[in-house]
Amino acid sequence: MTRHLSTVRDLASMIDSGARVAVPPDYSGCAMAAVRELIRRGVRDLHLIGVPQAGFQADMLIGAGCVGTVESAAVTIGEYGPAPRFVAAVKAGAVRVLDSTCPAIHAGLQAAEKGIPFMPLRGILGSDLVAHRDDWRVIDNPFGEDDPIVALPAIRPDVALFHAGVADRFGNVWIGVRRELMLMAHAAAATLVTVEEIVDDDLLADERTAAGTIPALYVTALAKAPMGARPIGLGERYPADDGHLRRYVELARTEEGFRRYLDEFVLAGEVPA
Amino acid sequence: MSDYRAEELLIDVIAAMLEGLGHVAVGASSPIPGAAALLARERSDGGMRVSVLGSRRHNFFTDGGRELFDCAAQGRIDAFFLGGGQIDGQGNINLVGIGDYPRSKVRFPGSFGSAYLYFLIPRVILFRQEHNRKILVPKVDFISAPGVSDANVYRPGGPHALVTGRCVFRFDKPRRRFALATIHPGHTIEEVRDETSFDFDTPDSIATTPAPDAETLTLLRGPVAEALAETYPDFAARVFGELVTR
Repeated sequence: MTRHLSTVRDLASMIDSGARVAVPPDYSGCAMAAVRELIRRGVRDLHLIGVPQAGFQADMLIGAGCVGTVESAAVTIGEYGPAPRFVAAVKAGAVRVLDSTCPAIHAGLQAAEKGIPFMPLRGILGSDLVAHRDDWRVIDNPFGEDDPIVALPAIRPDVALFHAGVADRFGNVWIGVRRELMLMAHAAAATLVTVEEIVDDDLLADERTAAGTIPALYVTALAKAPMGARPIGLGERYPADDGHLRRYVELARTEEGFRRYLDEFVLAGEVPA
Repeated sequence: MSDYRAEELLIDVIAAMLEGLGHVAVGASSPIPGAAALLARERSDGGMRVSVLGSRRHNFFTDGGRELFDCAAQGRIDAFFLGGGQIDGQGNINLVGIGDYPRSKVRFPGSFGSAYLYFLIPRVILFRQEHNRKILVPKVDFISAPGVSDANVYRPGGPHALVTGRCVFRFDKPRRRFALATIHPGHTIEEVRDETSFDFDTPDSIATTPAPDAETLTLLRGPVAEALAETYPDFAARVFGELVTR
């Protein structure tokens, strides 16, 4: 049964220090309100998995000292420039980076989704990514001849964490075409979701919504968080708060500025809705 | 001589490389390749599909982030675009960082899908508007994706050309190096040599990159600008909005 929690804080309290947490990119529904709760609680040593890349939430969690390892095809805040706290942490050696590539993240999660130990993937051979990933193997295609192919271990997150528009009272979560969220939920041991609204209907009752819905079977816990993706946007519901993000990037250029941002918008205050 | 922007010439030259293809995909943060794909689509009389990442209207994927990659692996995508913080003379690209990995002096976002798409999409066009010795290097510091592979590696795809703000290089696969193809108006071969720190072949006669014609500019500033503005509003307004006479 999906647990319906009354606060985002309760939801975030289900993520322990050291957890392997899968998160979506900035365009796919990020549980920013929950991320701020993690920072307030001072969780440590998270293994963050970008599916397939991570943005502002990774930069903030890294800057706040919550992350031990980031496994991702990229850490990017797009048009806002380089992710400032990520870049600083890499230079300082303060975070371990498992550099990956988008389809390798998807393939690893697909292996977990299928309950198999690994997934083979074309390409990548001769990339320095392979040279630096001692958990990846180059094997011979057992059905071919002299056909090297990369084998990637299953990626099984402890937690998938994201934000979506609508859930129903049964715990089903509508994600539309954002099916990487479905993949995350299938692969993770637990799926924690914040949503804009919880409706009385059954999203699985109508095929038109059912096809884009993560069944409650995979959803461990839900909490309502209106504007829960802010300061970034959520699909067609609301755009990113551009001014706020520019201010973040400006402040986060320095450690001291980032601390000021955290004080104002995370530790003592909240991000404006 | 008609007035056009530098970006419009680049869009036109890239679009010419896409002629006759069935499906062109465009990755994130790529307004010029995106405009080129949309221009080629306009000229294709309905023959070309274009998938622009980040667009809702010009993107028909419905199966999440993995679909682009699965599509590419099946040969359903004919052309794609990659860039690089560094690009070297063997077509290797670096999207990770400068200096000793992992504690890079300059850290870029990461490899995205490059390590895979470079192998599987037949016509990969490298694009980087800035063209200088720091970007076009003899050897990249980190190979996100290699330009060439051994004969036994499954690789239907690879580099087709490198387009910069100064010139076009074609990639010569058997020779594993670039050959200068055309130089954009207002630029010179000496300048290209000075600003490129990898070796490349120089044919006896080098043509000037053709300027976009009036029909092309009409398409660019009309339907292409409109389609592109959904995903890249700032770029569309800046480049196709008010024309500044060069």
